[in-house]
Amino acid sequence: MTAAAPEAPLLRIDTLTKTFGGFVALDNISVEIRKGERFGLIGPNGSGKTTLVNCISGALRPNKGAVLFAGENISPLSANKRSHRGIARSFQIPRPFRSMTVLENLMVALDFAAHRHLLETEAHRRDAAMAVLTRIGLAAKATVSTATLTQVELRKMELARAMATGPKLLISDEAMAGLSTSEVDEVLDLLMSLGGEDIAIIMIEHIMQAVMRFSERVMCLDAGKIIAIGTPSEVMANPRVQEAYLGT
Amino acid sequence: MQRSSIVFWLCAAVFLIAVLLMTQFVRNEYPFFAGYVILQFVVLSVAWTILGGYAGYVNFGTNAFFGVGVYTAVLLLQAFGAPLGVQILVAAVVGGLLGLGVGLLTLRMRGIFFSIATIALAIIIETAVTNWRFVGGAAGIQLQRPPVMEPFDSYVKMLFFVQALLVVIAIAITRFIQNSRIGRGLHALRDDELAAECMGVPTLRLKLLACVISGALMSAGGAPAAMYLQFANPDSAFNLNYSISVLAMSLIGGTAHWIGPVLGAVLLASTQQLLTVTISSEVNVLVLGCMLVLFVVAAPKGIIGLVSRLAGKGGRA
Repeated sequence: MTAAAPEAPLLRIDTLTKTFGGFVALDNISVEIRKGERFGLIGPNGSGKTTLVNCISGALRPNKGAVLFAGENISPLSANKRSHRGIARSFQIPRPFRSMTVLENLMVALDFAAHRHLLETEAHRRDAAMAVLTRIGLAAKATVSTATLTQVELRKMELARAMATGPKLLISDEAMAGLSTSEVDEVLDLLMSLGGEDIAIIMIEHIMQAVMRFSERVMCLDAGKIIAIGTPSEVMANPRVQEAYLGT
Repeated sequence: MQRSSIVFWLCAAVFLIAVLLMTQFVRNEYPFFAGYVILQFVVLSVAWTILGGYAGYVNFGTNAFFGVGVYTAVLLLQAFGAPLGVQILVAAVVGGLLGLGVGLLTLRMRGIFFSIATIALAIIIETAVTNWRFVGGAAGIQLQRPPVMEPFDSYVKMLFFVQALLVVIAIAITRFIQNSRIGRGLHALRDDELAAECMGVPTLRLKLLACVISGALMSAGGAPAAMYLQFANPDSAFNLNYSISVLAMSLIGGTAHWIGPVLGAVLLASTQQLLTVTISSEVNVLVLGCMLVLFVVAAPKGIIGLVSRLAGKGGRA
């Protein structure tokens, strides 16, 4: 394995194809994401956004193509090994560990994190989990069961849990779906604050204002193909994107 | 060492000393005969809970692991005249390997499919043993107990003490798993396997580990049964009743904590022993069924769920 050049992309998706039976969910997708980039992923329902996320995080295996992370081909790795490499995600429909408290949900991530050697004792990990919860604004809910959380709290808990793994790439899969306008702003501010020099974020979202405000670059998928990629305004102006969304 | 650990090991020591004293001073053999069965079910239920409770993979193949333990002991005795300790140790190794094999083959299946696969396993192994002449085949095999070791004056008393030792080992291992990150990982994958995997939990490895440890303990718990009965046949060693009883004991006790299967096994196995003596051995199956239905409806989280719910109410009131 050769060392990655300094300007090498953090994530490189190379001619990725995923089919379900005869249905082509992802068709020859190639894209690169830089270190620390805020990347918006849009597209109508069924266009392959979540499938792409599943192929990156390891929940699904592509039929063709490769996923390279920090210069390493991670295609053969299981999801937990990809998590250790620094890929974290939230789920479109929240998937908390329901028998546990919010803090324990984060402890799962810390107990098995790649940087676990830095957090030797249970007390250290507990502190680290509390620090993440404080940053996300959920510290007050640390000891409650996830069953009692509201929708926006569940979304935040998912982001907190993903952050607890110490990611280099955070994939947020529709973290704002079903939230009120003020809650959308809250989660968006949170995502903006989480990204930065070290953490790249892929945000899947239908709420256009959020995507416009958040993203440095936007990619639009339709029927498993990339139909536009570029700055948010470029992509919005693209007639194929407008057609895909508005059907005109 | 933490305070709870000190308390735990103190209780374990007191338990073993009490058992040892009992073997020295109680003359009647019946309490040991009945107590052995109760302790055996404690080992099996606690072992079952590692995979069935913590990880949520319901294993219907307890009888397979139990029977493998019995027949490993029979084989070692027939072939080499191996002593009891060796029989149990080798049975644990064989049970662990069986757990590994079963795990590799079946743990990619979820829910009911995994359970059915474990039943199939039991049937396959039973069929193999039934057709194996050296260990007695379908007719079974009569076994000669070696002379009893000091300080015990009867073999049943010694087996009772050995099974008590296995109880302590099984609980200690299960307790360690529960309090370690392995336990947290198993709980996470029980709640949501995909989410756990994406949080960095090596789900397949943890499930395999649970399967190996659970299998090893079950087979170890079954191994002394050969010497206990001085007889082994496939029909009784691979009896599906073991699976059902152990499942019922674990669920009735509650699977969130290792104390659950201990309580469930002690309660149900004692009831069964009592009913076998006073009424008939057939009635105890009926009682088992009724209690299981009762608990599933009234206390789905078992005795420990019921207790913590009552304690919670009392605490808040």
